[in-house]
Order: sequence, then C-alpha cells, then structure tokens
Amino acid sequence: MTTAMDSILILFAHPRFEKSRVNRALLAGLQGQPGITVHDLYEAYPDFNVDPEREQALLLAHRIIVWHYPLFLYGAPALVKQWMDLVLEHGWAHGSNGHHLAGKRALVTVTSGGTRESYAHDGFNRHTMPELLFPLEQAARLCRMDWLPPYVVQGTYRLTDAMLAEQGGQYCRTLLRLAQDPPLETLQQYELLNDWSAAMEHGGQP
Amino acid sequence: MSDSLLGQAVVYLAAALLCVPLAKRLGMGSVLGYLLAGILIGPFGLGFVGHEGESIMHFAEFGVVMMLFLIGLELEPAHFWKMRTSILGLGSLQLVLTSTMLAGGLLLLGMDWRGALAVGMALAMSSTAIVLQSLKEKGLGSSQAGSSSFAVLLFQDIAVIPMLALIPLLAVQASAVAHGGAPALLDGLPVWLKAASVLVAVAAVIVAGRYVVVPFLRIITRASVRELSVAAALLIIVGIAWLMKLVGLSPALGAFLAGVLLANSEFRHELESDIEPFKGLLLGLFFIAVGASINFRLLTDDPARILSLVLAVVAVKAAVLVALGRIYRLSFDQTSIFALGLSQVGEFAFVLLAFINRLGIVAGDWTDTLMAVTALSMTMTPLLLLVNERLVLPRFGTRQQEEREADLIDTEHPVIIAGFSSFGSTLGRFLRANGVEATILDHDSDQVDLLRRMGFKVFYGDATRLDILHSAGAASARILFIAIDDPATVERLVSTVRSHFPGLTIMARAGTNLDAHELLDLGVEQVYRDFLDTSLRAGVEVLAQLGQRRYSATRSAQHFIRYDEAALRQLTVHRHDTSAYISNARELIRLQEQLLASDRASTHNQHDHAWDSASPVTAATEKTA
Repeated sequence: MTTAMDSILILFAHPRFEKSRVNRALLAGLQGQPGITVHDLYEAYPDFNVDPEREQALLLAHRIIVWHYPLFLYGAPALVKQWMDLVLEHGWAHGSNGHHLAGKRALVTVTSGGTRESYAHDGFNRHTMPELLFPLEQAARLCRMDWLPPYVVQGTYRLTDAMLAEQGGQYCRTLLRLAQDPPLETLQQYELLNDWSAAMEHGGQP
Repeated sequence: MSDSLLGQAVVYLAAALLCVPLAKRLGMGSVLGYLLAGILIGPFGLGFVGHEGESIMHFAEFGVVMMLFLIGLELEPAHFWKMRTSILGLGSLQLVLTSTMLAGGLLLLGMDWRGALAVGMALAMSSTAIVLQSLKEKGLGSSQAGSSSFAVLLFQDIAVIPMLALIPLLAVQASAVAHGGAPALLDGLPVWLKAASVLVAVAAVIVAGRYVVVPFLRIITRASVRELSVAAALLIIVGIAWLMKLVGLSPALGAFLAGVLLANSEFRHELESDIEPFKGLLLGLFFIAVGASINFRLLTDDPARILSLVLAVVAVKAAVLVALGRIYRLSFDQTSIFALGLSQVGEFAFVLLAFINRLGIVAGDWTDTLMAVTALSMTMTPLLLLVNERLVLPRFGTRQQEEREADLIDTEHPVIIAGFSSFGSTLGRFLRANGVEATILDHDSDQVDLLRRMGFKVFYGDATRLDILHSAGAASARILFIAIDDPATVERLVSTVRSHFPGLTIMARAGTNLDAHELLDLGVEQVYRDFLDTSLRAGVEVLAQLGQRRYSATRSAQHFIRYDEAALRQLTVHRHDTSAYISNARELIRLQEQLLASDRASTHNQHDHAWDSASPVTAATEKTA
C-alpha cells in the first residue's frame, strides 16, 4: 500500500454547483477522506483570474490529478480551459524543460445527462466519451502524464436519491482504490474507469 | 488675578478646558459647555471677569465672521445658486413672520410701534454660531433641517444690511436727537451716497476676490513660508471685516461673500486649514463671553418677567419655524430640529440692540432686559435640542425601532449594515436582490423614514450604542458590515462589537488607505477600500480607449488588486516602525509614497505571459535550427 497523505487532487469545476444534485452527491462522500483534496475552481476563481503559482504548487503536491466537471455541449466548463491555459505553462508542464508533471496519473470524472448508450458511434451523440475527451487526453500526454480512462456518471436525470447516494459511495471507493496505485496496464484495458471499478467490486484482481 | 492679559487668558482657557469636556461627556455638546464656562467665570459666578466681557464679545464675534468665511469657502457659487429658492423663500418668510409677531407682542407690552418694529427685527435673528456648531456636532449639517437652517441664517445675514439702513429711519422720526449711527465714516452723508458706498464696497469685495486676492496668494505661496499664508488668510478676513464695518455692512456677510468667491480657487483647502483653528477658538471665546454677559441681577430682580419673555420669544420663533417646516414638507424629526435649533435670538441682536439703544429708539432698561433675554435664549438652545433628542424624538419622531406588527414574526436578519450611505445602500440593494435581507443602522432620520417605506428593517440612532446593537439583532446576526464614514465612530463600534458580540464577523468599508490601515490595526481583516475596484475599472477603460485590448487590461487590473492588497497588509505590519507621531494627512502621503516606490520595484504586470506563444515558438525554432 503506497497511499501518501496527498495522493489525489480533484480539480472540480461546476459554475452552478448549488443546483447540481449529482455532483453534490459525488462530492459529499469525499469530505474528510485522507489523501483526497477537493479544489473547487469556481469558488476559488469566480473572476477567472487563476493563480498559476498556487495551482502548480497543488499539482506538485499530488500524484493523481482528476478533472471533475459536468459535460456542457460536449466540452468542459470554460474555467477548466482557462485553468489549463494559465497553469500548464510551456517550460513548466510541457516543452523540453517542462517535466514537473511527468509520471503523474491524470483522468477525467464527467457527469452527463445522456446515457452511456447514447455516447456511441451509432448513438445519438455519435462519439464515445473517451473520444470526446481527446483534446484533454492529448494535453495530458503532452505534459508526459499517464492518461487513465474516464470515470462517468451518466443519465443523471433519471437517478433517484437512493441511486445518487450509491453513486457517491462508489466514486469514493473507486478513488480510494486508485490511490493504491494499481498497475497502469490493468487500468488502461478498460474503456471507462467504472468498468474497472465494477470488476474490482465483483472480486477481481487489481 | 484676571487683570493682566495673560491672567485673563488663563481664566478663559482653563474654564473652557474644564467645562467643555464635561459638557460633551454629559452629551450636551460643546456650545453649552462654553456657555456654562462663561457663566462660571462671569460677574455672577466666580467673578473672574467683569464687564470687560462685553469687549471680549466684540472681539470674539470675529469667530462668527471666520465661520461664515469658511462656510462660504465650502459653498461653491453653483451650489449657492441652487439654494436660492429656499434662501429667499424660507428666509424671508421666517424673518417677516417672526418680526411681525414679535413686534405685535411688544406693542401689547406697551412699546411704541417704532421701537416694537426695530426690536422685533432684532429679535427675529437667530444665532449662526450656535446653530451651525450644534448641528455639525450632531452630524446633521447635511440633513434637511441642516440645509433649511443654513438657508434661513444666510438670509438673516443678508437682511442685516437693509435693517441697519432702515432702523435709523425709524429713529429720525422718533426723536430728533438720533445721531451716531453705526458707520462713522458715512455719518452726515445723504442717503443715496450711503447706498452708493455700500454698493461700491460689495463690488470691491467681488472684484478684489477675483483679481487681487488670488494673484496675491500665489505670490505668497511662492515665498513658501508657512506663517505667511496664515497671515494672508487673516489679512483677507480682517480686511473685509474692516471694509464692511466702514460702510455699515455686516462683516460676517462680507466674509461669506469673499469665501464664496474663493471657493473655486486653488487655495481653498489651504485657507480652510489656516483659518479653522482661529475660528474654533474665537467661537469658543464668543460663547464664553455670551455666558459671562448674562445679567443675572435683572434675572434675580424680576425672574418672572425675564423668564416669561425668554419663553415667549422662543415659543413665537419656534412656532413660526414649525409652520414653515410644515409648508416646506419637512418630516416631524427634521421640523423639530429646525424649529428648536433656530429658536434662540442670535448674536446680531446684540449689535442691533446696541444700535437701537444708541439711536434712542427704545429706553435703556428695555435694551438691557432684551440683551439678557438674548443671552438666555442662546443658552436654552443646546438644552432644548438635547431634550428633543433624548425625550421627544424617541417617543414621537422616527423611532429607533419600528413597532412590530402584532401578527408578524420578527425574523432576525443575518447581516447588519451600519451606515446607509451610497456605499451601504448599494450593498443593501445587492443583498436584497439576492434574497438576503439586511438590518440597517443609520442616524439620518429622513433616510431612515425612506428606507422604512421601502420595506427595510431600520434602526435609527447611534450604531455604537449597545442597546441599539442588541435590538438590531447583533447577538444573532452573522455579519456586521460597517460603512460609516467617521473613523472614530468606526473604532468605537468595532471595540463594542468585539467585546459584546464576539461571534459577529466584522467587515468594513474604508474610504482611504489610512482608514484601511486603522481597520487592519483594529483586527478587522475584511476591509474593502471603496476606491480600489472603481478606479481600476476606470483604469481599464482608459487603457482600452488608448488602444489596449480590454481583456489584457482587465487581467492587469486583477493582478493590481491582488498586488495592492498584499502591499497594504505588508505596510500595515511596518507602519508603526516609525515611532514619531505624524499627522494623518502626512501619513497618507507617506503611505502613497511607499506604495509608489514598491510599484516601481515590482514588475507585477510583466509576469502575465498567459496565452503568449513566444516561449513555445522560440523553443520550436531552436529545435529546427
């Protein structure tokens, strides 16, 4: 077990967090979990004036970076892009001398109204979720990070309160399991991190 | 003991230092303190000063002249012009109605019509010194009552001119022995020549104010000897007073006129700070002299007569003012302050009564009695205002606390805003737009009435009083936002809240960097300087109009705020390193200087290379090269 005090940094971005029952349920279980830092970007930078120094220090202090946001029009909320532009500087995060993020694991947690079935080549949205995340994936790879499959909570309109509570618990368990640094090859076999998590819950090997 | 000049100075200063702080402590205001000091040292108190008190009064009247000069300085001609309707309307009505009613009363007491008319006019005057000083101390200078009072007083000052011209006419017909009117220089001149010389004098003040005084002050300033500019300021006032006396006008009016003329010049603030201490001291002296001149012998001989005269005069004056207040739609609170504030007989009455006496229009014992009435009525004003403030208004006026509707549960608001000026009101409106109600504390009754009509929960009164804070719900509120201008009040409020409501978070607005430092020193962490965001927003616009991109300018402003907040906090830590006492103004300049110096040292704007492709491009070209 290699869990350090600071293993997971959740860069959470939701411009209307107070109205999002799904994201409130997902974050509720994370409060006070050792090793998990939840960084609420819209609360920290309501004026979009992201502080690169502070963010880079946070990145350096964690091994696993999670961008956690709701999917709006197939993309991330604007502040996530602003954060990327300002924090992932050339010469720090990428470029020939930008090695500060090398070897860290990166993934996206995304909530969407559409179901998993609708995010398919023959589905309503015509693309899978991992495909829609390509720009972010490539940015992470540019920064020499190890890209993990996304963790998704989909069909959010249909989730009952009981299902939401279950989703929160599962998200927390997944992150804690992730903090134990399972082998990269195992994780990358799955299309979604949810599938790995389900396999683990049914008694699989990490 | 009090024979020499120094001995007298000791007596006056000691009496003032003893009585004024005591009076203020008892909540009576400084005017009453000075008057009590005068009574204490006067011929009927300890007897330290005798009849020379009257000559001191003539000297001290200069304080009134200086006060009007300062008022003129603060009043720009445009503002003066805006007030013209209330000056003419309120002022003329007050003077005509009061003079007529008082003259009628005197007729009934057996005075002949000429005497009654002259004395009626004299008694219709109110005391600029007492009224403005009292209102200023209570912070009511800019309220409705304050500006109405000012309008009336200004009209009276102007009206002294025709009165001084009219009163000798009454005397000419009353008795043939009338001579020795006030203006010695103009004696024996025909009326038209007198009138012409008056006009010439006024024109001289206006022309000199425009074309002589300002260039003259420029030369003086270039010499840069501090006491020279004080001397110049005094010379301006003394010179005008002398000129006005020469032609028989009111020196106060002349000084006021000169003040208005200089209000737009660049020397306004310098003149203000030069004259201010003299004015304060001389006004104090004036009030002491009034106190000392009260003839208690007359009072003890026939107390019923004097007291009933005082009460009658005050009642008549107040009644007229109440009627005017109603006509001009002042609220109950403002009317009562306006009516009681102006209900005394003013210092001009001393001048006019002496003049009337010299002309022989009324008998000497009458003028003695009336002088005593005048002085006593002046003493009554601060007392009446005090009674009004403590006993009448809380019961009948704008209430400290609104009476609760029986069926309405009084909800406690999470936020209290102290001071509902433009800053506080914008804050309150914003909170309300977001569904958060705030409880408001304010001491302007008109403002309070308006807010109550708009459905705000408002407490009226001094925010630093513990009982008001309690009833405003300070015990259950979460945030107190202080938007009060006066730093001393803010400091008292912070320490009261700290010791009695430790759970209440204090946030505050600061008007200047210095105020912000004081707040940080008091331990208030959340300080909002009201100029910071606004000036930077304006700055962004300036840069944009010069052709810079708005977004870059906006980011620069955001950085500047962050940098400036840090600089402020850093300076606060080191502020007390310089142990020497420095004045507030000088400290503000020092702070500014330090800020500018660190601006130069830091390159806070140069760090912003976001979205700047120079670095990756350079790297790419190096690679290919």
